[in-house]
This record gives sequence, C-alpha cells and structure tokens, in this order.
Amino acid sequence: MHRPIHELTDAYRRGDLTPTAVAEAYLARIDALDGRLGAYLTVVRDQALAAARESELRWRAGAPLGPLDGAPVALKDVLCTRGVRTTCGSKMLESFVPPYDATVVERLRAAGAVILGKTNMDEFAMGSSTEHSAFHPTRNPWDLARVPGGSSGGSAAAVAGGLAAGGFGSDTGGSIRQPAAFCGVVGMKPTYGRVSRYGLVALASSLDQVGPFARDVRDAALLLGAVAGHDRRDATSIQAPVPDYVAELSKGVAGLTLGLPDEYFIDGMDPDVERAVRAAIEVLKELGARLERVSLPTTKHSLAAYYLILPAEASSNLARYDGVKFGLRVPGRDLVEMESRTRAAGFGAEVKRRIMLGTYALSAGYYDAYYGKAQSVRTLVRREFAAAFARVDLIVAPTTPNVAFKHGEKEDPLSMYLNDVFTIPGNLAGIPGISVPCGFSVTGLPIGLQVLGRPLDEPRLLRAAYAYEQATPWRSRRPELK
Amino acid sequence: MIEKKDVEHVARLTRLALTDAELERMREQLNSILAHLDTLRAVDTAGVEPTSHAVDVVNIMREDEVEPCLPPDAMLANAPDRSGAFFRVPRIIEE
Repeated sequence: MHRPIHELTDAYRRGDLTPTAVAEAYLARIDALDGRLGAYLTVVRDQALAAARESELRWRAGAPLGPLDGAPVALKDVLCTRGVRTTCGSKMLESFVPPYDATVVERLRAAGAVILGKTNMDEFAMGSSTEHSAFHPTRNPWDLARVPGGSSGGSAAAVAGGLAAGGFGSDTGGSIRQPAAFCGVVGMKPTYGRVSRYGLVALASSLDQVGPFARDVRDAALLLGAVAGHDRRDATSIQAPVPDYVAELSKGVAGLTLGLPDEYFIDGMDPDVERAVRAAIEVLKELGARLERVSLPTTKHSLAAYYLILPAEASSNLARYDGVKFGLRVPGRDLVEMESRTRAAGFGAEVKRRIMLGTYALSAGYYDAYYGKAQSVRTLVRREFAAAFARVDLIVAPTTPNVAFKHGEKEDPLSMYLNDVFTIPGNLAGIPGISVPCGFSVTGLPIGLQVLGRPLDEPRLLRAAYAYEQATPWRSRRPELK
Repeated sequence: MIEKKDVEHVARLTRLALTDAELERMREQLNSILAHLDTLRAVDTAGVEPTSHAVDVVNIMREDEVEPCLPPDAMLANAPDRSGAFFRVPRIIEE
C-alpha cells in the first residue's frame, strides 16, 4: 500500500497487479483505518471500483490512457466533482453537489486516474492544521496525537498513511507544502497559473494554486504533468506549453547554483529542522550543486502582507455564500436577516475572523493603509526573489520552522499563522515550490526541505528534489499505522 | 484600536449576525492581529507600485459566441428555495 504510482502502473503493464485489486485494497484500508485517521470526508466506493474496472479493461487491451491509468488518488474537498458533494470542510456547503467537474478533476479522469474520495481540510482552506474542518479533525499518521498540517491535511495524511497512492490539494500560503512536510510526503505548489483554478473553490484568487501530493518526486512529476496547462475557462492560466516533467528528472544538480536565504534560518526554529535541512544542503553540494548565500529581507514582512491580502480577497470571494443560489439557508424576516443568520450559522470561527479582518481592511478609510500597503510589500517580495534568481537557479530552505504540533496546541490564531512563515513568500511572488522529505526529528516526526524556483521552472525544481531524494533513504521509512 | 461599534459596523457590512459575546471576542482578536499587521508601516514603500497579481497577464479576449451551458435544472439543483426556473428569496420590496 506504500508503492508509488509509477510502480503500480509498471505492475499493471506486466500483469502482476490489476487496477481493480489495487482499488479494492485501498478501499479496504480506508475502511479499516480512516476512522482513526480522519483523512476523508467522502469515499466514492462504487465510482472508484467502476473507474478501476474500466482501467483494467484498457490495460488488458494494451491501451492504457497514460502513466496515471488506474492510479488511486484522493482529492481535497475544495475541488468540484460532478455529482459528488464538495463541502470545503464547511457546514455552509455540507450538502452542495456540484453540477460540473473542476478542470483538474476532468483531466485526471481523462488520464484514467481512479478517484477514491474527497479529503478533509480546514474550513474553506483557512488553517494550517486540519483541526478546523466543520466535520472532524485529521490526524497525522506518524503520531495520531499530532496534526497533519493544513489546510490540505486530509490529502497529505491519506498519501502518507497509505490510504491513497497520490493526491491533490490547494496551496494559498503553504497549504500543500506544509502538510507534505508534516506528513513526510512530496508536495508541490506550481507556478501561479500553471494549473487551472476552474472548479477550485476560491479562497484568495491571486494566491490559490492546485498541486499534487506524492510518495516520491517521480509521481509528483507525473501528477503535475497530467493537470498542468492552459485552460480557457481560467483567464489567469498561463499559455506556455507543458514540458515533459518526468524526462527532466534524472539530469541531476551538478552545475546548478542553489541560494541559501539568510532569512529562512531564524532564531527560534526547531534545532532538528535546522540540522536536517543543513544536512540536506550538504548532500546537494556533494551531488555537484554550488551554494551561494542570498538575502530576501522582506521575508519578515511577508506574513503581515499575506494576512491582509488573503482576508481581503477571501472576504470578497466568500460573499457568494448568501443562502440564495446554493448551500445553507437559515430563514429570516427579510433578505439581510436571512443572509446574516445563514452566514453566522454556516461559517466557523476562523472563517468569520478572516472575513471580518478582510472586510475591515477593505472598508472606507483603511484601504490604502492596509490593503494598498500590503500590495506594495508584495511587489518588494517579488523583486527580491527576481534579484536572487538572477544569481542562483534555485533557492533551498526549510518548508516549516518546526515539525508537526499537537492537536489543540496552537489556540491563538497568530501562533497558527506563524507556521506558514517560510511558505507564504512563494505564494506572494507566484513562484513554484516543492517540499521533499529530508529526515526526521529525534521524536520521529518528518521534516521537509523546500525548493523554490523561477516562474515556470518546475522542471529544475523537480530535478533537484529528485536528485536529493535518490541520494537519501527517507522515502523507505513509513508510519506504523495499524 | 478597533472598538465594539467598529466591529458591529464591519459585521453588518459583511452580513454576519454575531452575538454580543462573539463581537467582544472578535474585537479582542482583531486588535491583536492588527497590532501585528501594523508592523508593515515600518516598510518603506514610497514609489513602489502595488502588485495585485504575481503573473503579468493582459486581458484575454475571445469571440462572443453562444456555447452549450448547464441546463437551468442543474443550476437550480442546489438552491435552498426555488420557484420554477427562479431562485426564491425573502421579500425585499414592500407591497
């Protein structure tokens, strides 16, 4: 149950395994373990088995749809699935059944992937722990007392725990990379616009990006390749052709220059994390990469800029939940009372907090001081990355300042926000980032190495992650989930 | 500092019915978060253009052509209340 997708499909090709047997095994494992893990919100058993049977016929006929045909995957419940409820982890959308598929879902189906179900998340993707789902928390497969990270914690836990072979999430400020680091899997946020956002329920439209969770870097390349590319239904999707990500993997890091940002090695970070990341950088050096210090001084202001831009955009996006067209409705005497009661009952505390913050920051008299200021700081963040990438090919850094924390440990909203301090700048700049496992803490919890690159330089990002992964033993270690 | 009346005003703008206890808790939390966000004031952004979008894209134009779309019943299937092919809402205008 811990084989990567490329090994499964190799076995399908040889006839050693069938997509149906694999789908059945995954569904059985979900039945046995997900009561404790809480990775899924909805499991689509019959649909998954039907898709697996079709895949099996194609493999038997020697005509698979590609390298993902028959791959069992899990989708964060923020991606619209036709006929399958899509909740965003919220009471507001508890019974919402989309009439269409997100582009990502459409492309996965066209590639023959077997969708197992929809995974848990912090409500409307606001959070870093998957404790703030309106339905139930998700637990970390390495230690059930700890969080899997978030907001895409369900997909990360499913892939890490062997409850899906691959998965998809969304990353607005680190929501793929941070849970990937906490759960010991590969997680990638592509360049903004590389993957269509059509059918992705919007959090902050200028920051949101869909990306894969995978057992290894080769799978991440396969999953990204299947969903990337222009989509006329998303005007912000990039027109550039999609390279063959797998073909680039084995080119190595010899001759590449890696930047080490001073601001990503900070006082107060977990010493285990710093030790593991510095050791990983040494491995990359031994593999032939050159190292160079770089400075990204506005890093320390990124969090503040993000927590103005995100709530501002979210407050506007979430205005659509008004009890009229879909979702919850709580009756009221007039329209305003109906809307106000519906939103009070449908949204959880963190969502309300961010909607309030965003509305305040956009309200008359405060716009320039807050939102305008944050957008100018965003320009500085972009410029600093651009200046760094004029000298180096990639930037390497920790994904998070700490390992997975315990459930209930971060009650104060601000301390939760600080978890994303190393992932947020990548979203502000729109650049791609990947988290790849780089060791364990003394307490046995996974640690992630983050690699950031120039816009659309996913091939080089994957190359470096792959070179590192192949030179280290981490992916052979698995959580003992029984 | 945000006061309770500011919180009430913003809650009204964004259509959130909050209890008195929620308003007070929200006031405390927003003040604590804004105190942190105020650190941005120290950043020199004189003459720095704002970024609303990380990737430079221009308007995408296409022909205005009629294409197939979802049938009304599919669009209304999730409506909390409907009347025929319409979404039904509480009365807005008095008779």
